[in-house]
Amino acid sequence: MDTINIIREFIVDNFLFGDGSQLHDDSSFLQESIIDSTGILEVISFLEKQFPIKINDDEILPENLDSLNNISAFLKRKFSNNQ
Amino acid sequence: MYRQPIRLLHESLSQNAEAASDKQALVIEGISYSYIKLYDSALRLANCLKRRGLAQGDRVAVYMDNTWPCVVSIYAILIAGGVFLIINPQTKAAKLKFILNDSEATFLITDIHLKNFFIDVIKDSSKLRGVICSGCASDSFMDECNIRIESFEEVINSSKADRPITNVISLDLAALIYTSGSTGDPQGVMMTHQSMVFATQSLIEYLKLSPEHRIINVLPLAFDYGLYQLIMTIFLGATLILERSFIYPAQALNRVKQNEITVFPGVPTVFTTLVNIHRRNPISLHTVLRVTNTAAALPPDYQPLLKEIFPNALIYRMYGLTECKRVCYLDPALADIKPTSVGKAIPGTQAFILSPEGKPVPHETPGILHVRGAHIMKGYWKQPERSARMLKPGPYPGEYILCTQDWFKEDKDGDLYFLGRSDDIIKSRGEKVSPIEIENVLYGIPGIKEAAVIGIDDPIAGQAIKAFIVPHRDYALDEQNIKKYCIQHLENFKIPQQIKFVDSLPKTANGKIDKLKLKKAD
Repeated sequence: MDTINIIREFIVDNFLFGDGSQLHDDSSFLQESIIDSTGILEVISFLEKQFPIKINDDEILPENLDSLNNISAFLKRKFSNNQ
Repeated sequence: MYRQPIRLLHESLSQNAEAASDKQALVIEGISYSYIKLYDSALRLANCLKRRGLAQGDRVAVYMDNTWPCVVSIYAILIAGGVFLIINPQTKAAKLKFILNDSEATFLITDIHLKNFFIDVIKDSSKLRGVICSGCASDSFMDECNIRIESFEEVINSSKADRPITNVISLDLAALIYTSGSTGDPQGVMMTHQSMVFATQSLIEYLKLSPEHRIINVLPLAFDYGLYQLIMTIFLGATLILERSFIYPAQALNRVKQNEITVFPGVPTVFTTLVNIHRRNPISLHTVLRVTNTAAALPPDYQPLLKEIFPNALIYRMYGLTECKRVCYLDPALADIKPTSVGKAIPGTQAFILSPEGKPVPHETPGILHVRGAHIMKGYWKQPERSARMLKPGPYPGEYILCTQDWFKEDKDGDLYFLGRSDDIIKSRGEKVSPIEIENVLYGIPGIKEAAVIGIDDPIAGQAIKAFIVPHRDYALDEQNIKKYCIQHLENFKIPQQIKFVDSLPKTANGKIDKLKLKKAD
């Protein structure tokens, strides 16, 4: 499964409780009230377990984490920095 | 120089728009708005509401996130002579319907992102005359319902900015502030212009604020603590940086630095997040001069860490309730000495402890806190019995004293200490959660025979929500499905964090579920 779908599945299972019909790749988690403050920590924990990256406090920003597209692009940047 | 007294909440906006029209009033999602811009937009929306038939005293519901249209709406409703009520954007359809019906709101102002929740509710609402929606064009709903839905942006552009004439006086209602009751249904706390102006002035006095201050607000405007950050700002002629939440702490911290924030109001969950970040990578927010906490107790061991994070700030530990806005605050000079106290009554008010029989108690003896002052609510909207439970006759005819229903004690210096609630309300992440409301929702799920919800101690949330469920025989219940059902009926912060399936629940002698046993067993 590709990166964006791995994350999609996690979000749908844990925050939408199985109903992913409203979650588009560009849906803003903030605007759609999909994730709250403890939720974002769970997302970060999931990403760090799933991928060989470490997310710093100062990277916890909407541009990096607020949609499937944003997370996907953020991860690409992190992977290329690691190499 | 004589300055016209402020009797109505929105008079502060018109005065400041005249005195300092270009001054930055708000920064929202990076965009700056001046006082004159806010006043002008509010006048236009007010005129639209009046043209559509808003009568003096009519309630107008604002169902939006912390956005520019939300701020404009609050002041527009007041200018038009209406009463505003703000509904948390996390509210789902059933409760939205309840509040609209309870308040008999004649207008709803909302946002396109909330369409799934409001579209069916407004079709059934008999009192609604109109809906104004931000983020969409007026004709986008044409075929979907029988109520006129107009675009917020188009309304502002097409309305005049004349000052409407109203007959509102300080004794009239300014707002209904909905708060959770222990039985689950929300109650509209009735606040007059007089009580809100009084409270605002008292807060500004003890927080020692002035027009130069720059306040950040990360709390919902639907919550009175968040709402008053806006009200105090506009009252003072200061500047407010409005955020939707503290979900992305790094962003909020960047905003604090970029905007040179001087006032940082938070609840314990916010401070826990900050403290955790600080422990990993020290933060120093040196522009902040005032830090405030309320909604739940701030752990005393945070004190030295907060002083590192906010090296130049006075730290205020406070207590209050929606029914009177705020009760007391601890003098910042005492925050190190008695960090578990919430201090003394806010300026111009009284707070005192009575035994359950209504008699004064000696120092260090627990009793129920009572409050006296012009900041007290008039009661709950259309709930005379519940109001009578909270409001007791005072020393003069027509005066009422507020019974907080909370246990407190007072030390020999007269400083107050919160000991606990006398009801079952859980405080999770600073939010009031009624266990009964959640139980009622759970009972709607097929297969659930019995359900009991309690609060358990949690290092981050203060209290976490735990549900014990007894399934009917032969039903295979799934935690995932239960949470999915809950999220359709409850705000996110009310979804139980822990669900435990049990064969039976302990009962008291009279057959009720024994929650004390459940709490002890945990």
